[in-house]
Amino acid sequence: MTRGLPVVKTLVFCACLAPFVLLVLRALEIGGLSLGADPQAEVLKTCGMTGLNLLMLTLCVTPIRRSTGLNRLVALRRMLGVFSFSYLALHFVVYVALYIGFDWDTLVEDIAKRPYITVGFTALVLMTPLAVTSTNGFQRRLGRRWVKLHRLVYAIAILAVVHYWWQVKIDVSDPLLYAVLLAVLLGVRVAHWRSVERRRTHSIDSKAAVAPTYQRVEPP
Amino acid sequence: MSKPFDIGIKPSEITPEAVFLRRRTLLAAAVACGLLPRAFTAAAATIPADGALKDLKEWPDSTTEKPASFQAVTTYNNFYEFGTDKGDPAANAGTLKPSPWSVQVTGEAGKPGTFTLEDILKPHTLEERIYRHRCVEAWSMVIPWVGFQLADLLKRFEPTSRAKYVQFFTLADRAQMPGIRYPVLDWPYREGLTIEEAMHPLTLATVGLYGKVLPNQSGAPLRIVIPWKYGFKGAKSVVRIHFLERQPETSWNMAAPREYGFYSNVNPNRPHPRWSQAMERRLGGGLFSGTIATKIFNGYGEQVAQLYQGLDLSKNY
Repeated sequence: MTRGLPVVKTLVFCACLAPFVLLVLRALEIGGLSLGADPQAEVLKTCGMTGLNLLMLTLCVTPIRRSTGLNRLVALRRMLGVFSFSYLALHFVVYVALYIGFDWDTLVEDIAKRPYITVGFTALVLMTPLAVTSTNGFQRRLGRRWVKLHRLVYAIAILAVVHYWWQVKIDVSDPLLYAVLLAVLLGVRVAHWRSVERRRTHSIDSKAAVAPTYQRVEPP
Repeated sequence: MSKPFDIGIKPSEITPEAVFLRRRTLLAAAVACGLLPRAFTAAAATIPADGALKDLKEWPDSTTEKPASFQAVTTYNNFYEFGTDKGDPAANAGTLKPSPWSVQVTGEAGKPGTFTLEDILKPHTLEERIYRHRCVEAWSMVIPWVGFQLADLLKRFEPTSRAKYVQFFTLADRAQMPGIRYPVLDWPYREGLTIEEAMHPLTLATVGLYGKVLPNQSGAPLRIVIPWKYGFKGAKSVVRIHFLERQPETSWNMAAPREYGFYSNVNPNRPHPRWSQAMERRLGGGLFSGTIATKIFNGYGEQVAQLYQGLDLSKNY
């Protein structure tokens, strides 16, 4: 498995880059491709959805690893996460550049007054330290604090799905799908933590069971 | 692909819109080259018969802003009866049968009844009007519609003094419209106007765009266009016109009353609860065309503001 890893990583890298390449081809109208009638919306949406999809994929790694024993999958998670951040950062830049023309007053007003933008912006802000500390160096330096910091991904994912839900006009069927998927991915983790807790308390109980019963004290 | 209502024009006869848009330049050039006698071009009201949708009158108040392409206008649509993605109506509206078509007229009217499309259109002269079209989603297009003043049609039905409002119903046929299965809106699609709004000279009974009959996805064969309101106020594929005394139900208002009011006049000062309406993306300018400031009443304030004198537009949104 370890020997095949560089090949797998290269393939995953290409797969992560492909949506961006396709977007550029569509923008340049190469090969009959195009961004359609509303190119700004198309670019914004593609960056957002690719980022969200990659984020969901990062959350799939641990459940898959736990159930299949494929621990080396963790090696792919960082790449998926950094690409996710890149697409979401681009999603934000596209908004600032093409939708509000770098008007910082409007940006502040949007973040303050439009709840779906408040939520989306918060998700991106929270994701930034995760992207920055994704390196091996940071992982070593931060140790256990790295794990705690990166647990923010759960809040980020929730905020991202809420952002998606709140900007839909009326047909919530797509965001609903993501909400259900996210609930499953988080639910699986909750179930895992609870079973770890149960195993831990069960092992304590089994030690107590061999203690002599005459030590039990009856209440007055 | 279903047949549009038969007006005796074959698809092969329809002028490509690139040529259509340059027709006056081409005619002028032809005259300059001595290829056409001056007399032929003097008749400004008629357009060479090959391909055009009857004899279109030119409307003097058309905007001079650049229209969106025919491709954009007919592939970027909100017509949820055919699916909720922008490309769905163009992909799925092939099952709509715009011919034969009839419109029921009911309610507070002296001459109600059921009328065929031919009866509806016969007495009216079609004109081309280039309007700005502003969607509530904050994008806009300039569209060369073909139609006639709705007031001229409504007057034929003799609305009574009790007819304070007009309601429009869109076709809601499961067999022709795959999206009806999904209750994303309360079908049939309903829209409404006050009688003054319906009788306003700008309100257009629309049968074509770009000099061609309306494609199915654009609301064939008859739709309403009210350029000073958000686009969803213009009901497509109209099958019933109902005159009534009280304010009618409208589908988007029923779906989200805080977001879509009865009036839904274009108003940059009244944000949608979830997004701003101060700016809009004018489609057709490319990826880097940015946004433009939205004008009150979509820039038609001079013609329509008097309809709303004394009305608090932030309450009556």
